[in-house]
Amino acid sequence: MVDSKIKIGVLSLQGDFIEHLDVLETLSIESLKVKTISDLNKVDGLIIPGGESTTIKKLIDRYGFEEPIKEKISHGMSVWGTCAGLICIAEKLSDPYPIPMNLIDAEISRNWFGRQVDSFETDLTFKGIKNKIKGIFIRAPIVKKISPNVEILSSLKDGTIVAIKQNKIMGTSFHPELSGTTAVHDYFIRLTKNEN
Amino acid sequence: MSTLKDRKSQTWKDHSKPEVGDWRVKGGLAQMLKGGVIMDVVTVDHAKIAEDAGAVAVMALERVPSDIRKDGGVARASAPELISGIIDSVSIPVMAKARIGHFAEAQILEALGVDYCDESEVLTPADNAFHINKWDFKMPFVCGATNLGEALRRIGEGASMIRTKGEAGTGDVVQAVTHARQILNDIKKIQRLDDEELMTEAKNLQAPYELVCEIKNTGKLPVVNFAAGGVATPADAALLMQIGVEGIFVGSGIFNSENPEKTADAIVQATTHFEDADLLAEVSKGLGAAMRGEEVSKINPEERLEKRGW
Repeated sequence: MVDSKIKIGVLSLQGDFIEHLDVLETLSIESLKVKTISDLNKVDGLIIPGGESTTIKKLIDRYGFEEPIKEKISHGMSVWGTCAGLICIAEKLSDPYPIPMNLIDAEISRNWFGRQVDSFETDLTFKGIKNKIKGIFIRAPIVKKISPNVEILSSLKDGTIVAIKQNKIMGTSFHPELSGTTAVHDYFIRLTKNEN
Repeated sequence: MSTLKDRKSQTWKDHSKPEVGDWRVKGGLAQMLKGGVIMDVVTVDHAKIAEDAGAVAVMALERVPSDIRKDGGVARASAPELISGIIDSVSIPVMAKARIGHFAEAQILEALGVDYCDESEVLTPADNAFHINKWDFKMPFVCGATNLGEALRRIGEGASMIRTKGEAGTGDVVQAVTHARQILNDIKKIQRLDDEELMTEAKNLQAPYELVCEIKNTGKLPVVNFAAGGVATPADAALLMQIGVEGIFVGSGIFNSENPEKTADAIVQATTHFEDADLLAEVSKGLGAAMRGEEVSKINPEERLEKRGW
């Protein structure tokens, strides 16, 4: 254990940031809403929540978060994007819009499964987590292409990649924060502490 | 901690039919909309302006509520080609309205691929006694409410998102504020009650008993709660967010203002940073005239849209 006292921030511009904060509270992890750059400067790990990716990315740009996030990553900050968050951290998207931040070497495809009526829930295996986890996919994106240095953490039965990691950056297509379980958050905390 | 546990004990989901859209998946999309602004749009151009301004979803309509108010006549669900055109033009979720009780209109919206159906009092009701049985659909529903009893009846019928009714198309925020406060105060009251008082409270509210019990345990609605009906300025959005709603619908307020692009952008920012007065002052500058509006108190109570729904 390198550092047991860590602080996790949840980017709280739009989306289901409260649900992430609830899970972190359950795990007794110190956490805060990140609404400004000065909030960002206080955290060891950053969760970019689910929400509407075009809205979140617009607000990231509007308040100039991208460069400070990259700067923090170069000093060891971990980042986890869930659903819309995964779209924001991608290297590139299959769509022209929004322009992602290029934090992980992966191409992401938005709304892969279709519209809201095609949203679903399924059990998944996740590398580094013993039990199966519940994957809730809501107008979810998927990982279309990755470079060799990106690790696959979880896939659907048909091989579609839905969770990835590269160094201390991870992304999931689905929403562990809505599932009532803590395993993936616990995984991210270990990643932040360099324990994985 | 409590919210995680509570989410698993949603007793009324037993009423849902297991073969159609799962409760968590339907409610989940509303969770993703939180802290965001949903904008009424009547054309593809409007939809694109809304998306560029950072709207989390658009409501596809033929006429905004203030025009429905002005024009009169029967207000029905929008034409399929209008809705499809908007669905094809933006990547954010598209909502559309069906008349209260008009499940066939809702079936058509579902077939068109609409992401969320608003069973709305803004349209002319199709049924004088019953709302749509929303458990029958895979498409999730949002419904308006003026108080907690009404909100819980809609949730009991399967709505996975609630909004205040406010008074649509007026640009007067007073009814949205009244309804948001009423719902939140009704919740606080339940939390103070002893368990033996809950059945009578359910009777008084005309609400499902299980949901009243659930509210006592959690202190909040089991679904996302937005404000709607009369929001016209960034300050209106910030007011309602501070009162305690989770996001904002803006109907006529954007495209009836002098500068729709700037107004849309400003209301999005005000909804994110609703507690930051410096930022609210900044984004409120240079917007030009807001929609002119109409005082709710001058409208004959019989003609108020908020009275529709049962």
